[in-house]
Amino acid sequence: MTKTGELVQRLVLLGPGLGWLALFLVVPCGVIFAYSFFLRGIYGGIDYVFTLENYARAFDPLYLSIFLNSAKIAALTTALALLVGYPAAYLIATGPRHRQVPLLILVMLPFWSNYLIRTYAWIVLLNREGLINRALVDIGLIETPLPLLYNEFAIVTGLLYGYLPFMVLALYSSISRLNPEIREASADLGAPGWRTFLRVTLPLTLPGIAAGSVFVFVLSIGNFITPDLLGGGRTVMVGNLIYDQFLSARDWPFGASLAFLLIGLMMLLLFAQAWAVNRAQGERARA
Amino acid sequence: MRHPIERRLLAGHLGLVYLFLYGPILVLIVLSFNKSGLPTAWTGFSLEWYGRMLRNQAILSSVGNTLIVASVSTLIATSIGTLLALGIDRLRPSALLEGIVFVPMIIPDIVLAIALLSFFTLLNVTLGLHSIILSHAVFNIAFVCAVVRTRLRHFDKSIIEASIDLGASEFRTFRRITLPVIFPGVLAGALLAFTLSVDEFIIAYFTSGAGSASTTFPMQIYAMIRFGVTPEINAVATFVLGFSFLLILLSQRLNRGVTP
Amino acid sequence: MTAGAKTLVEIAGATKRFGPVTAVDVLSLDIRENEFFALLGPSGCGKTTLLRMIAGFEQPDVGRILLDGRDITAVRPNRRPINMMFQSYALFPHLSVYDNIAYGLEMEGVRGAALKQRVDEALAMVRLEEFGRRRPHLLSGGQRQRVALARALIKRPRLLLLDEPLAALDKKLRGQMQLELKRLQHDTGITFLVVTHDQEEALAMADRIALLEAGKIAQLGSPRALYERPASRFVADFIGVMNFFEGRLAALAGGRAEIEVDGLGRLWAETEDLDGAAVGGPVTLAVRPERVRLSVAPAGAAGQNALSGTVVGVAYLGQDLIVHIGLPGQPAPLVARLGSGSHIADDLVEGAAVRCDWPPNDSRILLV
Repeated sequence: MTKTGELVQRLVLLGPGLGWLALFLVVPCGVIFAYSFFLRGIYGGIDYVFTLENYARAFDPLYLSIFLNSAKIAALTTALALLVGYPAAYLIATGPRHRQVPLLILVMLPFWSNYLIRTYAWIVLLNREGLINRALVDIGLIETPLPLLYNEFAIVTGLLYGYLPFMVLALYSSISRLNPEIREASADLGAPGWRTFLRVTLPLTLPGIAAGSVFVFVLSIGNFITPDLLGGGRTVMVGNLIYDQFLSARDWPFGASLAFLLIGLMMLLLFAQAWAVNRAQGERARA
Repeated sequence: MRHPIERRLLAGHLGLVYLFLYGPILVLIVLSFNKSGLPTAWTGFSLEWYGRMLRNQAILSSVGNTLIVASVSTLIATSIGTLLALGIDRLRPSALLEGIVFVPMIIPDIVLAIALLSFFTLLNVTLGLHSIILSHAVFNIAFVCAVVRTRLRHFDKSIIEASIDLGASEFRTFRRITLPVIFPGVLAGALLAFTLSVDEFIIAYFTSGAGSASTTFPMQIYAMIRFGVTPEINAVATFVLGFSFLLILLSQRLNRGVTP
Repeated sequence: MTAGAKTLVEIAGATKRFGPVTAVDVLSLDIRENEFFALLGPSGCGKTTLLRMIAGFEQPDVGRILLDGRDITAVRPNRRPINMMFQSYALFPHLSVYDNIAYGLEMEGVRGAALKQRVDEALAMVRLEEFGRRRPHLLSGGQRQRVALARALIKRPRLLLLDEPLAALDKKLRGQMQLELKRLQHDTGITFLVVTHDQEEALAMADRIALLEAGKIAQLGSPRALYERPASRFVADFIGVMNFFEGRLAALAGGRAEIEVDGLGRLWAETEDLDGAAVGGPVTLAVRPERVRLSVAPAGAAGQNALSGTVVGVAYLGQDLIVHIGLPGQPAPLVARLGSGSHIADDLVEGAAVRCDWPPNDSRILLV
């Protein structure tokens, strides 16, 4: 094919998509990036005066604590997802082949349904009058209903519920890629099941663990709906803080700077994860 | 199995995971048929809440809006996303390109929402269903592109050369060979995009503008949860769950033929 | 191969580089009309690149490709009267066998009854009359291959390119298909150009073979010429099994060479011409395993090319017996092949002393 023909073809194929993403993703992100360096206008608009104050404010103890709290909640969610998800993914990935896909679809199915509704389900369950409290009172375990809703426990539960399928999927794809003969070789060489797991399976699935953990963490820390609905309206996570800056406090520059700090943190984690995976793959290639 | 006890323990664990995942959903479904509508006690089977849902004008108009937003943004995203996937497939791997098509899938909704709101405000664009459509297409293009690329990775590229070798032009090869072969992937991508758009709340919330004329279905659900829970929501929830499960199973079926 | 047969394809000084790698290196080659030609070589030798250049999927950086004397270097692949059978067969998964085969003719604008007649003929030619309506994934490997063949042949190309045509088949089927390909080539009168890494396959099918090494032709000739008169150690080693003795040329007279090998003494070979061979210079003597004669005899027996050694290993292959014989001072054992029905078969056990020899005209002198 001629050079110009190839160029035209590339333009037709890539042009619309990259153009769209440039216009409605890159430019808007550029706009808020610019906003994050401007002053807030008196009536909520933008004063086009350069300042670093927004970023400085983000490190004010009040806001820093919200960042840290978000990180804590996201980390807790990630750890729980890993703890609950690994055995499940392991069982699915090492089970009979024909059952793997159906079992996996069963895990993923809720993930693709409406997040609001899945979050709402936990309001019904965790309510003071909710099913869990009633059940606990009925069997006599407690006398007065526990405060299950509108706290961090509820948020972590909601996030775990939302993103556990994601973790299982990431772990599954990593575990199922392992050659079963490697495990069998370890067993053949006399290692008991748990040692095979610790010495062989776990290290070889670290890339999957890293991928799943980073994604769950990233999705959790930037979440808005769960802390909003299950956190009881108090501003507990970055997502709500950004939301408030834009829709109630009308301090767009500050909201924008928070958004960029969030994105920066996410990028850092994603790069770290990509780096770790590359390294692990390199090691495996050399082995 | 060599370790029946360990595996039985694991199977028990997996059972609990499924209980965790499906328990809350089942509770909503059961409650939607509860006469009293309250989670406190079962007072008998009733379809009353479904009836109320179907008579609720706000719900109906929001469903209408969501169908418009989802179909138009899916249409845009499917065509553009498929072309993008085909284009990227021909290029040498590039980290920048990978990043650009990956970011929309992972960027927090709230960040994309405020960015688009700021962008539209800056340009003085009147907000409404059209701005939601433009915004939803952003992440939908990325998801369609990802699904189609998976399909492309799974097919033997030599069939394209074979078609050219047999005398077909590039364009005829695309129409007669490439497109039919990747079509299940395109359809699966479209279904995914549609589902995502139907479910998306925050970006729609920020880019819909004031007024109830452009309220989408998730925005309506949010309002119902946030400002006074009425029992109708259980019926709505059951309806939505059934709908999205159906779509996803359908798209799974389509994508099964990836490697015949 | 008839003398003076018309040249169909001429490759004139073609070179192709991929980054730092030179896949095809100033290569010139003529392919004659109506022959069964094989491009043979190890992976990475450039044979597939050459094939793809002839098909039009790669452009040579330098050099030209001519078909019937016409320069087709710049002609796009869909406009060349050349068709290809791909290694993966590249059958269109969404089309039936019938539609796969019809595809090329449809592109030429053939329609209706004429199309149907020719597709039916093609199906009959590869004996797949019953399978027209099936999808490719429901066919066996051998059937798929025949569909791919019919799809390429129906266009009646001037040249059919076959990229590793038998690689995906199991061993038994491969033998059948070799004959089948020969038959099709004969019946259709179309020139076949096969790319393969399997020397047995090339020997069995081709009229002429070009053995490629690192983008250049190592030797071009009939299968017999390549097997019996290899031009270099690379060729001798690649085609079949060969025993090599490194030594110095001690004497050269009357078409007969004497080679001094450390630890073994003198060996003899009959040669045609040995251009560039200097007495005293290093040479390699090569002899095929089936030319080596064995006898169980007392050590030290004299005679030309007679060596005494010890059996170090025996492999029974059914019809044949492969015997490895350790020789003094030689790094690798000598390989000999003899019929398993040989009267000395029972005596060839590990550790047995044997005498081996071969006539001087069964050994070759290689300079490179």
